[in-house]
Amino acid sequence: MDVLIQTLVSGILIGGIYALIGLGMTLIMGVMKIINLAHGQLMMVAMYITYMLYEYLHLDPYFSLLIAMPVLFALGALIQKYLLNPLLKVDSILPENQVLMTVGLAMVLTEIIRFIFHSDYRSVKTVYSNATLYISGISFNVPMIVAFGIAVLLSAVLFFFLLKTDLGKSVRATAQNKDAAILMGINAEWITILTYGLGSALVAAAGTLLLPIFYLFPDIGGPFTLKAFVITMLGGMGSTVGAIVGGVVLGIAESLGATYISMALKDAVAMVIFLLVLIFLPGGLKTLTKI
Amino acid sequence: MKLPRWSTLIVIVLLLAFPMVVPSDYYRHIFIIALMWVVIGSAWNLLAGYTGQVSFGHAIFFGSGAYTAGLCASKLGISAWWGMLLGGPVALLVGLVIGWICFRLRGPYFALATIAIGEIFRLVATDWRSLTEGMEGILIIQTFRSKIPYYYLALFLAGASVYAIHRIMQSKWGYYFVAIREDQDAAEAMGISAFRYKSLSLMVSSFFTGLAGTLYMNYMAFIDPHVVFSLHDVSIMAILVAIIGGVGTLWGPPAGAFIMVLLQETFRSAFFGLFPPWVSESHVLVFGLLVIFVIRYMANGIVGDWPKIQRLWTRKNPMLPANDGN
Repeated sequence: MDVLIQTLVSGILIGGIYALIGLGMTLIMGVMKIINLAHGQLMMVAMYITYMLYEYLHLDPYFSLLIAMPVLFALGALIQKYLLNPLLKVDSILPENQVLMTVGLAMVLTEIIRFIFHSDYRSVKTVYSNATLYISGISFNVPMIVAFGIAVLLSAVLFFFLLKTDLGKSVRATAQNKDAAILMGINAEWITILTYGLGSALVAAAGTLLLPIFYLFPDIGGPFTLKAFVITMLGGMGSTVGAIVGGVVLGIAESLGATYISMALKDAVAMVIFLLVLIFLPGGLKTLTKI
Repeated sequence: MKLPRWSTLIVIVLLLAFPMVVPSDYYRHIFIIALMWVVIGSAWNLLAGYTGQVSFGHAIFFGSGAYTAGLCASKLGISAWWGMLLGGPVALLVGLVIGWICFRLRGPYFALATIAIGEIFRLVATDWRSLTEGMEGILIIQTFRSKIPYYYLALFLAGASVYAIHRIMQSKWGYYFVAIREDQDAAEAMGISAFRYKSLSLMVSSFFTGLAGTLYMNYMAFIDPHVVFSLHDVSIMAILVAIIGGVGTLWGPPAGAFIMVLLQETFRSAFFGLFPPWVSESHVLVFGLLVIFVIRYMANGIVGDWPKIQRLWTRKNPMLPANDGN
């Protein structure tokens, strides 16, 4: 029983970070209707920024959130403005050109980082990296709890932004119906730039929060890109509540899989869930509720 | 782009003569790999470029073909060449099942499902040690010490796949495929069973990709799950080959295959030793930059946008239609 509870606890905690990754992805998917296959790679870039700040300026990773997020916001906005938006005007055979562009971006980001930092494994060892709380025999990893808390906080801020501010309402309007939004006087191009920036900033936060827990290497982006779209599909494309639920569900499923099936097949569990959702519940969890 | 008939003939003659004229095993090896990518790129192009179903999972079929050949040798104790007979059909059956699962999904959803299945194949092949030997991989002994037999086999496969796809695209099937790519709903309204023709396209595509996998097993004599089921080195490489050359054109993927493989080797060898060794680490970076450049400025690839490229230096006929590919 203890093993089960322990598994669930660590699943939920990592699920909080997954939720942040999913939130960024679902925003981009909702507004632009494309899959961002560079999502994990953007996270990897943010992790290296935090790593550098720690290594050379001895900044605490949690403080680096304030630097990594704006930097990634700018990077994402530039990518959207100069690489993705121009593709809308080009006539080509495959409508998936933007998706393929993100594949190219993912390669370039990974390789530039590999060029600078080589393929070595790196980690940030803070005083609290291995700190653990014990509550009635269940262990709680402190960085995971902090990460979970910050993830909840950032999601709350995002919700406030989307629901209460004019800009947030414009983002939602563009996601619902781009043409109608343009007719209402919304500058849709600017909204797409803002959204890609926001999505990148959110995934940057996730990366920074993961850094005290994970090893860092240039290829870490790929697996997280896969996780990002699993979460998004699980929750339902464009649904922010869905992304949070999807993140937590994926976290729990992965740790259950790692405990009860095998460590190596942990990632296969996620993929199988993903396929089942695509086939039997194509709209994701959001179709079950009316949010 | 309509190539005159004699230029195709010249290409065929040059390729046939190549291993006789060039005595270097190194260049023969590069050409064998390039010809293998001609097969895979053309097969991907049939499904994605002509039928509009962008697959990120061609490593599934490549790996299935390679493992069919490998398992013939390691489990059945017969020659891995039996894979040449069995690999294609096995990959085709895998394709049939995957199509049955995935073709209810459209566009980006289909692409995502193929990534997921590809990852499942890779992880299961890694974990199922009693069958696949896991990460230790399967090692066989090459039949021929010379590269020439492998070269002509690869050339035959490449020629056969390009010719078969050419014939398919001239037949009724080809028109159905393009109709589905352009507008699936309209195609169905005209009485074309989208599911059936998408499956047919996938079957042909997976058959040829499986054959390429079998060739890889026999030629390289070693496979492991991370090589043949790789998302980056196989599935995405297949996409890059087709995009660089030109999606939805017959000669795009063959051109893309040679460009990509030659570029890869040029950078991997640091311009044949002329440049400092750190250049050799940059070949993937160059691929990425090339993809971004091609998608941004030549959305239909080098072959598809050839008239546009020609206009850059002739500056004649500015009103020529930009897209007369295929």
